[in-house]
Amino acid sequence: MSVRGVARYAGLTPFAFYVIIFLAIPTLLAVSTGFFTEDGDFTLANIEGLFAPNILSAFASSFWVSAVTAIAGAILGALVCYAMLGTRPEGALRTVVDSISSVLAQFGGVMLAFVFIAAIGIQGLITVWLKNELGVDIYADGPWLYQVPGLLLPYLYFQVPLMVITFMPALQGLKSQWAEANATLGGTRFTYWTRIAAPVLAPSFFGSVLLLFANAFSSYATAAALISQGAQIVPLQIRAALVSETVLGRENMAGALAFGMIVVMVIVMWGYSVLQSRTSRWQR
Amino acid sequence: MSAASKLGTEPSRLTRFLILSIIGLLFAVPMIALVIFTFKAGLSGGQTLDHWTGLFAPDAARTYRTLFTGIGNSLLLAVVTIGIVLVLLMPTMVLVHLQFPKLKRVLEFICIIPITVPAIVLVVGLAPVYSIVVKVLGGSIWTLAFAYGITVLPYAYRAIQSSLDAVDLTTLSEAARSLGANWLTVLWTVLLPNVRRGILAASFISVAVVLGEFTIASLLNRVNLQTALLQVYQSDPYVAAIFTLLALAFVFLLLLLIGWLGRSRRDRTTS
Repeated sequence: MSVRGVARYAGLTPFAFYVIIFLAIPTLLAVSTGFFTEDGDFTLANIEGLFAPNILSAFASSFWVSAVTAIAGAILGALVCYAMLGTRPEGALRTVVDSISSVLAQFGGVMLAFVFIAAIGIQGLITVWLKNELGVDIYADGPWLYQVPGLLLPYLYFQVPLMVITFMPALQGLKSQWAEANATLGGTRFTYWTRIAAPVLAPSFFGSVLLLFANAFSSYATAAALISQGAQIVPLQIRAALVSETVLGRENMAGALAFGMIVVMVIVMWGYSVLQSRTSRWQR
Repeated sequence: MSAASKLGTEPSRLTRFLILSIIGLLFAVPMIALVIFTFKAGLSGGQTLDHWTGLFAPDAARTYRTLFTGIGNSLLLAVVTIGIVLVLLMPTMVLVHLQFPKLKRVLEFICIIPITVPAIVLVVGLAPVYSIVVKVLGGSIWTLAFAYGITVLPYAYRAIQSSLDAVDLTTLSEAARSLGANWLTVLWTVLLPNVRRGILAASFISVAVVLGEFTIASLLNRVNLQTALLQVYQSDPYVAAIFTLLALAFVFLLLLLIGWLGRSRRDRTTS
């Protein structure tokens, strides 16, 4: 390669360095520190620590919260997308729904915890209203909002909008010719949705479910603001491990937890990209 | 009834109205609860404007010092993060687009990694990196923007890429080069004006993401808007609620502006 050829690549180096220092190295450190002791000796103790009962139950809680909110969020979000079919993509309705969705999906975090404490916290507006007007005490079984089940509603508050953002393009990609062909061949509304739309949309829908799962699984801020006691889900376990690094036998446990999370994330996101590439076949 | 709705591909107006209003209501209620909360006069009940007017009290700056520090820090971080996007990401994307089309997939892959490696994982590895960064550059808050530049990568990439794909940059830049312009002139006077909307959208979405970031700041013990909000919430939940509403409204308007920019672009290209 000529000098000029090498020089051409020089323009790429600043970004390459940046990504190496602030993305590649932190990622490698995050997943590898779990395999070493504080002194730098190789160990599997932390990885074995992942199978301690409290960590396993944190993974289980993370799994079910993510799965429930991903499936429910996907269904509700798909309904919203369906309802917006036929409206102009540049219209005011779409623009406003898109913006609200982006705010809630990407910006909520800590603030969503405040929103839900104001609504269904112990002194929340809805809690008090239900108690005074209907005599229903939603906290009869204890303060569930500040435990794992309390994450479900706030998580749905960002999962549904994320579904709207990710699923709308797929639904938009349904071609009117297909519906016409269906009608011409004597198909009904039912056959259109079950025989044509469903198979075309399925990869995108399940891909979105996986993306929503990954989103909830890796979400930290809302849980951190709601749950101050204990570490019932994996991200909160990482917080606990980072904050109390010096606790005996917990050195580099954060690394092991990060490794465990990455394994789950890579599998889920791999599934997402496989389904996504099937989706794009229909979007040309 | 439109043809599409007769064919069954689109919902009827009634169905659309029902779905959107029911789900819209479910989403509006908690937010309204937060609005009402900011007018609540303590646990005794009753309404008051005190929490809002308190923000303009003479001693407000002192009382809510953490909060104002957090807001200042977050705005500074947003600016530096935009700088990183514009100086590091954008030129690289243009360069790859024009000269290394084969690297396009690689660049895209790199830019979406932060979705698979979430902040809570990244922060575990960022802690040791930042202990070095602090030694080299000092512990000022702006250094956190290096981490935020990574978290905004997927969003900024998508925004810039869609505007790169919309214009024929290769022809434009070859035309400019053959007329004797050097690379920087091409970038500055020919390419930038054509991807301005993408840059603007990338900048706005970066602001939104940075203002909402909590995980990294919190676990690296830095003060930003979100960590300050959580801290203030413990002592004065009303003020935290007010600033939550203001922040949500601000980012909503910002994103509405992105949507509007995208819209006027489509209008222009179709007309």
